[in-house]
Amino acid sequence: MSKRSLILWIPLLGYLVFLAIASLGLNREQQTVIQSRMIGKPVPGIDLPQGSSDNPALSTKQMADGKPRLLNIFASWCVPCAAEAPQLTQLAQRGVRIDGVAIRDARGDVDAFLARHGNPFQRIGLDARSTLQFYLGSSGVPETFVVDGKGVIRYQHIGAIGPQDIETILQNLKEAQS
Amino acid sequence: MRPGLAIALLVALAAPSLPVSAQTALPPAPYANRQLDDPAQEAKANALMHTIRCLTCQSQSIADSDASMAADMRSEIRERIARGEEPEHIRAWLIERYGDWISYKPTAEPILWPLWAAPLLLLGAGGGLVFGRMKTRGSRKA
Repeated sequence: MSKRSLILWIPLLGYLVFLAIASLGLNREQQTVIQSRMIGKPVPGIDLPQGSSDNPALSTKQMADGKPRLLNIFASWCVPCAAEAPQLTQLAQRGVRIDGVAIRDARGDVDAFLARHGNPFQRIGLDARSTLQFYLGSSGVPETFVVDGKGVIRYQHIGAIGPQDIETILQNLKEAQS
Repeated sequence: MRPGLAIALLVALAAPSLPVSAQTALPPAPYANRQLDDPAQEAKANALMHTIRCLTCQSQSIADSDASMAADMRSEIRERIARGEEPEHIRAWLIERYGDWISYKPTAEPILWPLWAAPLLLLGAGGGLVFGRMKTRGSRKA
């Protein structure tokens, strides 16, 4: 076969390579975790109305009070949030301050959720239209942010906090203290 | 007993399956599914929404998605456009929070240079091919 006729096969080869890459890409798991780009930046200041009957409302303008805290994004309709409730309770018992943001929720539903799963929160804000969530670069529920004493976001935990995550959260709170 | 059991089973199978988890009990945000009154503004918002990726259903734009979070984002975008904000400014605001990932519109980042260069390279290669052909044909005729 002449060199010339070999060259004629190159487009077909290119096509096959393209086909292989495309079919591999189609079969790959597409869901990626989107880390917030707000880590290292101050928490955007938003006033949220009261999210539950027993907790005061949350304004993220008052985050810089010298001590680190957790900002927990949750919702009464969110199943993994119920799963992480015991871990939040445990963190609260160990002296961690936790503020809650209830996404697309109603106060009565939040009250029922807290009655059932415990209330580890200091303040709870109602984010009826995901506004604070967008400002935070948060892409789902639940998510937890570690905020330092200056009101700067230091760490983001995506998904439910499992028993195995408690030490990591505590470590990040400790680092946020310095 | 047997037929009764069979009927019960059939009824159970035919019952519409309940959604696994409702995302929210709240009504959607005001402009999630309602167009802006000004057609020019709505066109701007719509064009932008088609190029913003949904965060919870990642292969769809927020214009195509039924997810609650996408609905909230549509409302947020429409309200911002109604207040006079420019679409590219809103895109930049979202990228600042979620990274380039949220936008379907390719940026000028170095990683995308091959993408921008590809049409030029292909055009050049095609042109070269045609030029070569014409040259050989011309020499054969001569």
